Amino acid sequence: MIEKALKGSTGYWVWMLFLLSIMGAGGMFYAQQFNYGLGITGMSRDVTWGVYISQFTFLVGVAAGGLMLVLPYYLHNYKAFGRIVILGEFMAIAAIAMCLMFIIADLGQPMRALNVMLHPTPNSMLFWDMIVLNGYLVLNVLCGWVVLQSEYKGVKYPKWIKPFIYLSIPWAISIHTVTAFLYCGLPGRHFWLTAILAPRFLASAFAAGPALLMIIAMILKRTTKFDIGREAQDKLVTIIGYAALINFFFLGCEFFVAYYSQMPGHMHTLDYLFWGLGHGDQVYNNLVPFMRASVVMGLAGIALIFVSRAKQSDGLLVLSCLLIFVAFWIDKGLGLVLGGFVPNMLDQVTEYYPSVQELGITAAIWATGFFILSILYKVAISVKLEKEA
Amino acid sequence: MDSKRRNFLKVAGLTAIAGIGAPSAFNMLLKGEALASSGGGHGEAAAPSGTRWGMVVDVKKFAENPELANQCISACHTVHNVPDFGNAKDEIKWLWVEKYPNAFPEHSQDKRPDYVQELPIMVLCNHCEKPPCVRACPTKATYKKKDGIVAMDYHRCIGCRFCMAACPYGARSFNWRDPRGKDENGNPFIKAENPKFPTRMRGVVEKCNFCTERLAIGQLPACVEAAAQSKALVFGDLNDPHSEVSQVLKANFTIQRKPSAGTHPSLFYII
Ligand code: SF4
Repeated sequence: MIEKALKGSTGYWVWMLFLLSIMGAGGMFYAQQFNYGLGITGMSRDVTWGVYISQFTFLVGVAAGGLMLVLPYYLHNYKAFGRIVILGEFMAIAAIAMCLMFIIADLGQPMRALNVMLHPTPNSMLFWDMIVLNGYLVLNVLCGWVVLQSEYKGVKYPKWIKPFIYLSIPWAISIHTVTAFLYCGLPGRHFWLTAILAPRFLASAFAAGPALLMIIAMILKRTTKFDIGREAQDKLVTIIGYAALINFFFLGCEFFVAYYSQMPGHMHTLDYLFWGLGHGDQVYNNLVPFMRASVVMGLAGIALIFVSRAKQSDGLLVLSCLLIFVAFWIDKGLGLVLGGFVPNMLDQVTEYYPSVQELGITAAIWATGFFILSILYKVAISVKLEKEA
Repeated sequence: MDSKRRNFLKVAGLTAIAGIGAPSAFNMLLKGEALASSGGGHGEAAAPSGTRWGMVVDVKKFAENPELANQCISACHTVHNVPDFGNAKDEIKWLWVEKYPNAFPEHSQDKRPDYVQELPIMVLCNHCEKPPCVRACPTKATYKKKDGIVAMDYHRCIGCRFCMAACPYGARSFNWRDPRGKDENGNPFIKAENPKFPTRMRGVVEKCNFCTERLAIGQLPACVEAAAQSKALVFGDLNDPHSEVSQVLKANFTIQRKPSAGTHPSLFYII
């Protein structure tokens, strides 16, 4: 089946070569980081996690987003998702692969990564995160591949795979919950210390994951004969739209708690992210334009996605999904992690700017993820189109 | 019994089992900390048993003698081969001075006289009774010893920096680059290496270890020794009511950093 990835149009090969070149450049940057140390990044004693860990956090959400296809199809027998459920599972594989690469890129001693397994430590949320992420990867590889293989052979998938599919449903929730627990269980970091963090992570995940899938599906509709179908498309709009709305509701709750209670610790990071944090005679606000843009884009995206359905306009649909995806990428892939470090534990402010090398490595990991995704989607779509022809 | 009712009973039974199991599961996660906390986050820590090393910092004495803090810092950083990179981004520090509003950001800052705002507050790892850094570490590279010292195994640390996010006091530093290296002018980052203490490798976290290696051979921590004349730092067993540190704590009003974090620091300050 995998040989399907080796036959493709010129466009496919140009795309893959483009990704490979980014990966190559990133590999060179990583060699530099490996030799010099993490000091080559913009991280510092005060901002100890940067774009690597924030990308990781965001991508766990993209991976969990696959649930929004698996659950209706397998649990509620929602037939319209039959053609795309595999896309959700394969997207989860690529996203988790990126997550793991981002973690490795962020380790000071990557060669010792296995220590997490050699010295299992159940009181650490990172230990559990490793278990749920790897477990989710295995589950999706297994379920996705077995089901697709059966389809390829023209038979129904074997019965034994069903329990694994059902298991993958709560497991998807767990990956994002445990990832939220990395943050919300730390005393002293008030911005993260909120019980609503895991629910908020899930809400944004269930919007951002399917939004990315929708964008890809629309590209495929243009470039191949693969069409996910009007019904599935409309259903996804509902899912993305409501999940995004719930995320903003949660964000509103955070604002209320911080500003109505007037607890300084709760307000500081929100000040820093959305208004600029005055400290001494300086105002720190390097993330303000991004965070404001994120809110505007997110809300506009929600409005437009429902309009796109009413007007049955694919162009508007892609635009709204892009807006929502980018909005949540800024929110989680930038603001959430970086904001948590401002102010620091001694009420001082250090702003973070990623270095060129760091951005290069980040781009390369994204490219690797899309590389994996392209191969998997190529296989899946070739099989589907072949069977339908 | 109709099936609805039976299902309800099943669910109820399962919930009850989960309810019984949950506290013990939490206890396992927190390694018994959950029970210890029943005294309340701001209240008394667990009942004493064995040695628990602790320290009182007499801030007034540091204010009287402005040179003292630097002597303590340099004693500490020299014995422990703490590198000096000469910039804030890469900085590694085990012991340093902060101003009152920074060391105690959650304490009242209203109407404080200027001299208080300017007091030199020595800060270092608090060797917390309930250390969040230990809870967060995924490899047990940072762990709490029986004598209360929160120690580190530099050879096991994977450099994930979860402990740095978890510490509510900013007590931890990371080796962003090779501490054994030299700057552009060929000057080593570790000015004079102490062969009796290991240097660290790049990519691991480090912090104050309460001079556990010196305690083992009957010496006081290096900073305490440097401040011996003035008694600005009093070190000893907090669990021994007759120790000097316990006596000082009994006779003076002291405060701890961020009591609301529920960490129960082993460090106390006389302001
Ligand atoms: S002060 Fe920070 S590093 Fe030291 S024991 Fe407490 S939490 Fe850990």
